[in-house]
Amino acid sequence: MNPDKQTFTLDGKTIPFCNGQTIIQAAMDAGEYIPHLCFNPEFKPHGSCKLCTVKADGRTTASCTQFAQDGMVVESNTKEINDERRVLLQMLFVEGNHFCPSCEKSGNCQLQATAYELNMMSPHFDQFFPDRPLDASHPEYFLDLNRCILCSLCVRASRDVDGKNVFALSGRGIKSHVIVNAQSGQLGDTDFAGDDKAAQVCPVGVILKKRVGFSVPIGKRSFDEQPISATPHPVVKEA
Amino acid sequence: MSTTLETATNPENLRRVAIDPVSRVEGHGKVTILLDDKNKVHQVRLHIVEFRGFEKFIQGRPYWEVPVMVQRLCGICPVSHHLAASKALDAIVGAKHLTPTAEKIRRLMHYGQIFQSHALHFFHLCSPDLLFGFDSDVSRRNIVGVAEKYPETAKRGVLMRKFGQEVIRHTAGKRVHGTGAVPGGVNKSLTIAERDELLKGIYQMVAWSRDAVHMIKELHHQNPELYNSFGAFRANFMSMVGYDGGLDLYHGTLRGRDENGNIMFDGVDYRNYTDLIGEEVKNWSYMKFPYLKSLGKEKGWYRVGPLSRVQNCDFIPTPLAEIERREFVAYSGVMPMHAPLGYHWARMIEMLHAAEMIKDLLHDDAITGSELMTSGVRGIEGVGVIEAPRGTLIHHYRVDENDLVTMCNLIVSTTHNNQAMNEAVRRVAQQYLNGHEITEGLLNHIEVAVRAFDPCLSCATHALGKMPLEVEVLNEAGEQLSSLSRSAEGVVCSLN
Ligand code: SF4
Ligand code: FES
Repeated sequence: MNPDKQTFTLDGKTIPFCNGQTIIQAAMDAGEYIPHLCFNPEFKPHGSCKLCTVKADGRTTASCTQFAQDGMVVESNTKEINDERRVLLQMLFVEGNHFCPSCEKSGNCQLQATAYELNMMSPHFDQFFPDRPLDASHPEYFLDLNRCILCSLCVRASRDVDGKNVFALSGRGIKSHVIVNAQSGQLGDTDFAGDDKAAQVCPVGVILKKRVGFSVPIGKRSFDEQPISATPHPVVKEA
Repeated sequence: MSTTLETATNPENLRRVAIDPVSRVEGHGKVTILLDDKNKVHQVRLHIVEFRGFEKFIQGRPYWEVPVMVQRLCGICPVSHHLAASKALDAIVGAKHLTPTAEKIRRLMHYGQIFQSHALHFFHLCSPDLLFGFDSDVSRRNIVGVAEKYPETAKRGVLMRKFGQEVIRHTAGKRVHGTGAVPGGVNKSLTIAERDELLKGIYQMVAWSRDAVHMIKELHHQNPELYNSFGAFRANFMSMVGYDGGLDLYHGTLRGRDENGNIMFDGVDYRNYTDLIGEEVKNWSYMKFPYLKSLGKEKGWYRVGPLSRVQNCDFIPTPLAEIERREFVAYSGVMPMHAPLGYHWARMIEMLHAAEMIKDLLHDDAITGSELMTSGVRGIEGVGVIEAPRGTLIHHYRVDENDLVTMCNLIVSTTHNNQAMNEAVRRVAQQYLNGHEITEGLLNHIEVAVRAFDPCLSCATHALGKMPLEVEVLNEAGEQLSSLSRSAEGVVCSLN
């Protein structure tokens, strides 16, 4: 078997891959979009959001953790799978406090862009309206945990790239939440810095640079110009 | 100045009539009337469910979110809140003077808002009453009826509103709930293409605005008896005027006049508004009653909005609107005009002014400039005031060292007019309802008086004259004696 010639099909299209690549990695390299939130090609997969769910040879699996195999038949953009993804998104929306119209990440947010992509027209479920704190103790950055989707990208970035462990997930089930590494529980008391990788990775509007707000006009934000599906490696603009 | 109908002496023995909701106004309000068995009016109150919760809600949020978040207060004049908040927060980022581009883009946005709001109010919400008569056939007394009988008027209403919205879209990024103004400036200026697109339409808008002033003026002249006396009461008035005393809806100082038109205060820095204005709470209304502290609660209430502004300024700095202002002032004579229906006339003069201002700004190169932001020494407190379509709008914030809002106080235009609107409905009740069998047409007179103020009673309701209305007549035991209902289609039926 020639390892360079390995391929699988994604919704009928032939996708080449190398040994050790996951389905989503190979798809991204080939310019194909599979919805995802907790996956970022720069970090080890976490496999928690399940947005990237596909059917591989008829078996439901997370494409960010499933290695590609030669000859595999992968279905992704089907009504059945997209219906399930939409329900996952709706659950994410109601579990947190996501008020897009007044959120400064609007237009640059992967959760919002994915919801547009999958035609999510309403949250469908009753809102939880959780009571989550806003941490503005750091002079340059703030955390609005109302919008956290527990993707753990900040945890991975801080641990694996910054070597700092500023962020961690704590609690179980519906009580899961992000904590920071300080006795006081405040970001301002950690060694978090603006040039940390962890400052750049949040796919939603939790970890934000202060005083930026709405400085990018509507029409010039990442997903105003093109939908998320046309941006396989979403580069979210830093203002 | 005020009537005595606020509280009846023996309410136990009276019938209660409720107009709930008041239609063709923005939001939800109701009027309750107490009548005795001879249909004599003993008590009239306009009640409003207002958005006070917002001031709490904003606490603990980062200040730069506020201008976008406050727009949620209102689906009809979000831009006004957007700009008043931005002006207040300019002080937090130390922006004493905006760049010329930022100031002019904000003004353009504001005049776009005034223009579209006044057009909507006049053509969609009020022209049915004014063109057909207050107690005309209710099934026709709506914008659909206007479109049938006066298609050109209705068409202009639609296109003018649309033009105003386009001005907003180009300056704020979206027609509703945009993001254009930010503390310290704006996030975009106009492209040449955007400017040229607006330039194509603006001359028509100026011409149509002038026609609209002439139309309402005609109506006044045709029926001075009605227009000058309907719901009329005398009151103080207040508005912001420019530093030169001219009409300026975006920036200036506060000026107040008494009911005879004499200046009571002038040149007041709006940052000191709490020295000037107090707010009284009454147990029967959710909306506070502001008053001038110098005159006290009883006598200190006042009127804001177009009728005040057009008479409060020394001149209007655009030529066509200035000609109309002079005619308006000459018409009312030595005394200021106090008639609520005068609001419509004044409002159309302002719409013309807004159109002229938009035209001038579109010819100003600064609106395509690239210097958008400015900042300076960080502040902790800011007050922003603008003259919104409905009147003086005050936003006041304090921000802590972590950039979070710790205090928010808002006095919105409709709140300033609370007592004045109550006075107007009491006058109309006395003039028209006293001693008569209550009909839908008579009750609409009450609504006409409320509508003259263009109140924004709460958030986004676009009823366009089709809001369902129920009127109940109850006896003292609270039992229903008779009732009328109007469906969303305008069909009126007796419920028993
Ligand atoms: S803060 Fe952002 S990056 Fe971190 S877990 Fe929550 S959503 Fe993910
Ligand atoms: S992207 Fe695969 S589980 Fe989240």
